[in-house]
Amino acid sequence: MKIGVLVKNVPDTETKIRLTADKQGIETQGVKYVMNTYDEFAVEEALKIRERLQDGTTVTAITLGPERVVETLRTALAMGADEAIHVDDPAFEGGDSLTNARIIARVVEPMGLDLILGGKQGIDYDAAQTCSALAEALGTAQALIAVELKWSEDNQSLEVRRRIEGGDEIVHVKLPAVISCEKGLNEPRYASLPGIMKAKKKEIKKVDLTGVGLDSAEVGASGSATRVVGYSPLSERPECRILEGEPVEIVKELVRALREDAKVL
Amino acid sequence: MTNDILVFAEVREGSFKRINAELVSAASVLVDKLGGVVHIAVLGGAVDGAVEEARSYATGKVYVVKSDVLDSYSTQGFASGLEAVLKECDPAIVLFGATAMGKDLSTRVAARARGSLMTDCTELDVEDGALKAKRPVYSGKAYADVITTKATIKMASLRPNIYPAAQKTGNLADVAEVSLPITLDQIGAMVKEIVVTSAGRKDVTEAEIIVAGGRSLKSEDNFKILEELADVLGASVGASRAAVDAGYAPHSRQVGQTGKVVNPKLYIACGISGAIQHLVGMRTSKVIVAINKDPNAPIFQHANYGIVGDLFEIVPIMTQQFKELLAS
Amino acid sequence: MNKFAMSGRRIAHIRGEKMSAYFDLSEEERLIQQTARDFADSEVAPMAAENDANGQFPRGLVEKLAKLGFMGMLIPEQYGGSNAGNFALVLALEEINRACASTGVTMSVHNSLASSPIVGFANEETKKKYLPKMAKGELLGAYALSEASAGSDAASLQARAVKDGNEYVLNGTKSWITSGAEADLFVVMLRTDPSERAKGISAFAVERDTNGFSVGKKENKLGLRASSTVQLIFEDARVPAENMLGSEGEGFKIAMWTLDGGRIGIGTQAVGIAQACLDASVSYAKEREQFGKLIGEFQAIQWKIADMAMNIEAARLMIYRAARLRDRKEPHTKEAAMAKLFASEMANRAAREAVQIYGGAGYLKDSSVERYFRDVRITEIYEGTSEIHRIVISRFLLKN
Repeated sequence: MKIGVLVKNVPDTETKIRLTADKQGIETQGVKYVMNTYDEFAVEEALKIRERLQDGTTVTAITLGPERVVETLRTALAMGADEAIHVDDPAFEGGDSLTNARIIARVVEPMGLDLILGGKQGIDYDAAQTCSALAEALGTAQALIAVELKWSEDNQSLEVRRRIEGGDEIVHVKLPAVISCEKGLNEPRYASLPGIMKAKKKEIKKVDLTGVGLDSAEVGASGSATRVVGYSPLSERPECRILEGEPVEIVKELVRALREDAKVL
Repeated sequence: MTNDILVFAEVREGSFKRINAELVSAASVLVDKLGGVVHIAVLGGAVDGAVEEARSYATGKVYVVKSDVLDSYSTQGFASGLEAVLKECDPAIVLFGATAMGKDLSTRVAARARGSLMTDCTELDVEDGALKAKRPVYSGKAYADVITTKATIKMASLRPNIYPAAQKTGNLADVAEVSLPITLDQIGAMVKEIVVTSAGRKDVTEAEIIVAGGRSLKSEDNFKILEELADVLGASVGASRAAVDAGYAPHSRQVGQTGKVVNPKLYIACGISGAIQHLVGMRTSKVIVAINKDPNAPIFQHANYGIVGDLFEIVPIMTQQFKELLAS
Repeated sequence: MNKFAMSGRRIAHIRGEKMSAYFDLSEEERLIQQTARDFADSEVAPMAAENDANGQFPRGLVEKLAKLGFMGMLIPEQYGGSNAGNFALVLALEEINRACASTGVTMSVHNSLASSPIVGFANEETKKKYLPKMAKGELLGAYALSEASAGSDAASLQARAVKDGNEYVLNGTKSWITSGAEADLFVVMLRTDPSERAKGISAFAVERDTNGFSVGKKENKLGLRASSTVQLIFEDARVPAENMLGSEGEGFKIAMWTLDGGRIGIGTQAVGIAQACLDASVSYAKEREQFGKLIGEFQAIQWKIADMAMNIEAARLMIYRAARLRDRKEPHTKEAAMAKLFASEMANRAAREAVQIYGGAGYLKDSSVERYFRDVRITEIYEGTSEIHRIVISRFLLKN
C-alpha cells in the first residue's frame, strides 16, 4: 500500500498567542513550532498500517509551507516515515486551505497513493478543510475525524469510526481515500534516537511552483477566495464576582443572578 | 448569481435540527442587506417531516433532493445532491452548521464549486458584496477576521448557539424537487451505522447549558452528582482532559484543546482549575460559573460568577435550588 | 508509552528565552531535545515524587529510555547504539534531570561512565559481548572507582586484582557506587601493581553474577533517593583477563578520561535541576499573592529569578562547550571541570532560592522544590568535589 501523510507545523499548544501591533498577524518571535497534534495521530496510524502489512508499504510525509516546516518532516521521518516531500514556493504565500489543497493534489496525484492520512485540523487556523478538499480534488472517498480504523481482509476497504455529535458514525470506506485523524485513534510514538539519526540521512524532496505545474495566479493569496484581514483578541469578560457567605445563601444568590442579571435561565 | 442565501438543513433521524433555524436567523440578517430571499436545501431519504418544517422557515423555496441513495449520509452523495441544488438556485451564499456533517459537506462542496469557505464562524456580515466572518483561530486563543475576495460562490459554517432560532414565517414555502445525479456505486464512503454514545443527552457542542467536572471529582461514580444537576437544568455533562485521562468520563465529553469546543449559554465548571487547554474549549461560553476549592485557580479569572468551596457540598445544593426554582 | 497520557505535557517548556534557541543546534539535535523533553514531561516527571518518597529505582523508565535509544548514545552504530555523541547526550540529560535527578544520574552513569570506557578501551570481543545489550538497556552499567579511604584521592585505592593464568583475582571493597544495587555490568578500577600509585591501577569490566562478587549495604541518603548508592565487595572474584580495559597500568588514565565525560553529565544534571527550580519559581511567582499582589511583582523575587536564569544560561553554555570539545576529541579536562563546578554551585544557589520563594510551602514534601533542594546537593560532591575541581582548574593555570 502507498500511504501519504499530511503534516503541518504549528505553534505549540502552550504558546501564548499575541497579536502584532497592527493586528495583521500574530507575533512569531519566540513561538515554538511543533508537529500539529492531530498529525501525530496520522503519522502513527500510517506506521502501524505499514508494520501490520509488512508488504513493502511505504509512508510518505508531505507538507506545504516555508522552510521552518522541514523540521516537522524530519520528525515524521524520525518517527519512521520512509520519504518526505516539502512543497514550497514564494508564490504559495497567503494561500487559504482550499487553494493549498489544490496544490497538494497536484503533488500527490502522480504518486498513486492508496490512502492519505491527515490531522482532523491544524491547531493554528483550525479550518479543518485540507483533507476534505484534497479528497474532492482527487475524486476519492473521505472520512473525517476518525477514532478507529477496521480493515477488511483484502485491505482494500475499511470501516472508519468517526466522531459526530452525541455519538459515532461507522463509515464504510473504499480505497483510495483521505482520512483525517482524531485523538483516541492511537498513541503516537516518540521519535527514537536511532530514528532521528537515520532521518538525518534521508533526503527531503522539494517541489515548487513549476513542479506542481500551476500558474502563479492560481496559488497563494492571488489564487485564494478568502483573505484574513486582521485578528482580534477574545473579548474580555468582566471581573469574576466571587459569591461569599453560607453555602445555601451563595447558591440562592447565584440562581437569582443567573436568572435576573445574566438572564441565561 | 442571485442575491439569495441557501441554508443547508441538517436532518438526523428524520428530524430538522435546531441549528437549521439558527442558520435561517443568521441568513435573514444578511439577506436584508443583499436584497434576496432565504432558501433551504433538504437532502435525504425519509425527509418529508423535515421538508414540512423547512417550508415554515424559508422565505424563498425549499429545495428537496430525496433519494434512497441518501438514506445514509455520504459526503459524495450529499455533495452531489447539493451541487445539483446550487445549479438550480444559484445563491450568493450557502450556510452550513459547524457540525460534523456541516463541516464534512461544506468543504467538499466549496472545493467542487471553486468557491470560498470559512469554517466555524461566530459572526457573519456582508459588505460590498463580500462575505465577512469572525472565526476563532489558534484553538480559540484569538479571532481572525476573514473576508471573501472573489466573485465566486461564498460558503460558511456557523457555530451552534450563536444566533437565536428563527421565528417561523407563518407561510409555507414552495418546494422544488431536484433529482440526484449520483448513483450508489459512485460513492466510495457511506455511513453504515450510527452508535449513540450520549443517550438522552445532547452532545456538549449542541448544549445550551453544560455542567463540567475536573479531576477533583475523584471517580466516575462521583460524576453522578453532576448528572443530577444536569438533569434538572436539561444540560449536558462535560469534563476536563484530566478527568478524561483519569477515566472518570468518556472522551466524547472532553472539552478543550484535544476535545470539543463548546459554546453554551451557561457553563458551570466544577472543580476545574482552568488550564489553558481547557479554557480554549469553553471560554466563548456566554456565562461561566466556577466552583473550586482553590481561590487561586485560574478558572476564576475567566468566570462571571465564582464560588470558592467544595463542589461536593455546593453542587447538591445547586441541584436542590434549581429544582425548586423550576418547580415554581 | 503514551505521549498524551499526562495533561500538562510540555508545560513550562515554552520558555521563549531559553538559550538553546540561540545556540547552534542542528535539526537532529533539536529533535533529540524535543523527544527527551516530551518523554521527561509525560513519563518521567509524573513518577518522580513517588519514586523519591519510596526510594524506588525507576526500572521501567530505564527500559523505556533504552527503547528510545537514550541508553546507547555514546555507543557506535555497529554495536547497536545511536552514536549520537556527548552534545546530544547533554541535551537529553538536561531534560531528564529536570524531571527527575535520580533517573538522570542513572542514565548519565550508564552512558558516560560505563558504556564510554568500554567503547574506548575494551577489546573487540568484549565490545561485542556487552555494548549491544547496554544499548538495549538489557545490561545497566555502573562505575566503581571510590573506596572508603580513597575518595578525592582516588589514586590511593587499595582493592586488588592479581593475575592468575587467564584470569584476574579481585579482592577489596568499593564504596559510593551509583546504580550499584541494580547494575549488571561494572567498570571497576583495581590495583594491579602495589609498587606504583596511579600507574599501578587497571580497569576491568565486571559482570554482576561473577562468583565472589557481591553488592553490600545500600546507603540511606539525603537526595537522589530513587537511585541506589552501594558498596561492592570482591572476595576472590575471578574475571577473565580479556575483560581488562586498555592494558595493565592504564586504569587510572582511563578512569580520569571517563570522569571528564561524567563531569559534563553531572554539570548537565545540575543545569536540569536548576531549570526545574526556575520553572517552579516562575510559576509560583505568577500565582502566589501576598499584600494584595502577586509575589512576582516584588523586586526581591524578580531579582532572585533573574539571577537564577542568568546563571543557568551561563552554566548551560559552559556545558555545551565542554561537550562539543569532547565530541571533537579536543582537550577538555579544564572546561569539563569548570562547567561542572560552576553548574553545581549555581544549581545549589538556585535550589536554595526556589525554596525561599516558596517560603513555608517549599519546606514541605508536597512541593517539588523540596526534592530539588535535596537532590542538587550531591552535584557539588560526586564526580569530583568543588575543591578537587578548583585544584584541577588551577593546575592548568599555574603549571609551567
